[in-house]
Amino acid sequence: MEIFQQILFAGVFLTAIYFFSKRMAMIRKLILLGQSEKFEDQPSRRWMNVFMLAFGQKKMFKKVPVALLHLFVYAGFIIINIEMIEIIVDGFLGTHRFLLGWIPNYYSYLINSFEFLAISVIVACVIFFIRRNALSVKRLQSSDLKGWPSKDANIILVTEIILMLLFLKMNAADTFLQSKGIQPYSQHFTGTFLFSSFAHPLLNYFSTETIIITERICWWLHIIGVLGFLNYLSRSKHLHIILAFPNAYYARLDPPGKMKNMPTVQNEVKYAFQPELAPSSPGEQAHTFGAKDITDLSWKNLLDAFSCTECGRCTDACPANQTGKLLSPRKIMMSTRDRAEEIAKKIEHQIDWKAEEKSLLFDYIKEEELRACTTCNACVEACPVSINPLDIIVQLRRYLIMEKSSSPQEWTSMFGNIENNFAPWKFSPDQRIDWTKEST
Amino acid sequence: MNVPIWSEEINKGNQPEILFWVGCAGSFDARAQSITKAFVTILNKVGISYAILGKEEMCTGDPARRAGNEFQFQMMAYQNIQLLNSYQIKKIVTACPHCFNTLKNEYPELGGNYEVIHHSTMLQQLIDQGKIVLNENGTFKGKKITFHDSCYLGRSNNIYQAPRAVIEALDASLVEMKRCKSNGLCCGAGGAQMFKEEEKGNSRINLARTKDALDSGASVIASACPFCNTMLTDGIKLNEKQEDIKVLDIAELIAQSIEL
Repeated sequence: MEIFQQILFAGVFLTAIYFFSKRMAMIRKLILLGQSEKFEDQPSRRWMNVFMLAFGQKKMFKKVPVALLHLFVYAGFIIINIEMIEIIVDGFLGTHRFLLGWIPNYYSYLINSFEFLAISVIVACVIFFIRRNALSVKRLQSSDLKGWPSKDANIILVTEIILMLLFLKMNAADTFLQSKGIQPYSQHFTGTFLFSSFAHPLLNYFSTETIIITERICWWLHIIGVLGFLNYLSRSKHLHIILAFPNAYYARLDPPGKMKNMPTVQNEVKYAFQPELAPSSPGEQAHTFGAKDITDLSWKNLLDAFSCTECGRCTDACPANQTGKLLSPRKIMMSTRDRAEEIAKKIEHQIDWKAEEKSLLFDYIKEEELRACTTCNACVEACPVSINPLDIIVQLRRYLIMEKSSSPQEWTSMFGNIENNFAPWKFSPDQRIDWTKEST
Repeated sequence: MNVPIWSEEINKGNQPEILFWVGCAGSFDARAQSITKAFVTILNKVGISYAILGKEEMCTGDPARRAGNEFQFQMMAYQNIQLLNSYQIKKIVTACPHCFNTLKNEYPELGGNYEVIHHSTMLQQLIDQGKIVLNENGTFKGKKITFHDSCYLGRSNNIYQAPRAVIEALDASLVEMKRCKSNGLCCGAGGAQMFKEEEKGNSRINLARTKDALDSGASVIASACPFCNTMLTDGIKLNEKQEDIKVLDIAELIAQSIEL
């Protein structure tokens, strides 16, 4: 019987890890479809960002109550995963609460703290669930989240609540059986735990056999649930719990106002002014100026897209969005990921996606969205996980202007003025000093 | 007014210490011209060794680059850098955060390396050094002044304190808007929006920001960017508050508070 459970456990565990690894390999492949960009400078500043922004959630604390609730879920989830180590070892070796034998004096403190965190996670997730569905928080009610994204968010919250309840129920059944002297539970005597013991009076109504089965079912459902959730999160917006860390490390460290340079254009302009510097043989040609599809973006833009948890703080802060324009920085990130996921499906079905006409720009992101951006960096500042939607917006704008010559009429005039008069307005260079001729 | 021009100074055998980069708004826009004049008044009064490029100055390329026209940006940058380097310019001050950002952050990798400061920082330094002496009973003493953070000064370049220090030096009471500093709301002009109509929406960005300013209860809205100034001035006019509330650049606040 024991050995059958061990084999079953090993099978379930390895299958889950196999599918998870396969999925993560696909995400890696998708991210590397982006252009290469190096981020190796200033490692100490980068580690500081990982520590402060990802680990310490510094930007979340712009709004303290929400940040604290989120911290409970985050800390609870991470720390309770230490409990997973015990469950996995027990599963493979057929032991029961193996950590108890190793740290008999501290074991109850450990599990009590896990139980406290489990309760915190449940409370926070219930509040989040109510807040998301019953209260009118603008960024959570936005049309960006229509359909799957809002379901995704609720599935995550409910799953976390269920997983924590299973953990508490498992402990309740276990300690109840210990107190009744039932083997093998009483061999691993832990004493009752702080929170799960509240369920003991309820258990009096059931037979010992039912409670033993309950304990086993909870144990199995908990581990299957966690492994299932691991696979689910890799396909959902919840991936941020993993990717927030590398995303903080690879965040741009330049002043936010600095736009990425385009050395190819820089050189072309230089050779136009100084033809003697131009290389005699034409270098590699066929560059796309700006970005039309995800393959034209940097790999960091794609890592950003997979790190996004669709919280909408960027869109909330966006001046264009606040005044009813079509632009939503969150939607820019979601569209980028949607396009990447579509390519993933094509790769899995071995369809030649490169031959198709579809692209991120036009099919997922409309010109009107891009035109509304004031490049104010509010979205970049707002993001708790170091995402830069502005970087994608300006690359798509570059494509529109430089490859499509598509610009609003006023911008066309502005370009004309800059070219002919060296100023965006229609004044001649001679008028530049007219103001000096007036008195103060 | 007396404004030294770099090429003329060179011909006279002078090498000014600082270039005052006026910018297109400061040169051509009627409202922004008074900011330029106010700043020049201060520079002249303090006796700084400076000059402007005059007719040789060109757009930095900021609006072209943000709109997506990298070719045009590179053209402008190339020509400006050639000129700045030929004059061996070391230090630049500008009253425009967009020019400031481009000159400071984007020109170095194109071969233009200068010490670039924004006029808010320079004004703060001059006050701290005692070179700007403010009137005992200045125009703005005790007045409620709010400061609107320009995106290209604040979030883009992390300059929040210098313009506030300038306002506080006036003995005015600085009141913050609900959204300020890194949470400040854009005026709506950046990203080359200044040069086109806003996209379809249900309101205008400058009206949203003007509302923030009105809610602060201030009688003066201070800015440190000619574009923000224009957007907020328009917002105040649309609210028909131009009689009660003034939108002024920090250079104008100072110029109105010193003995001439």
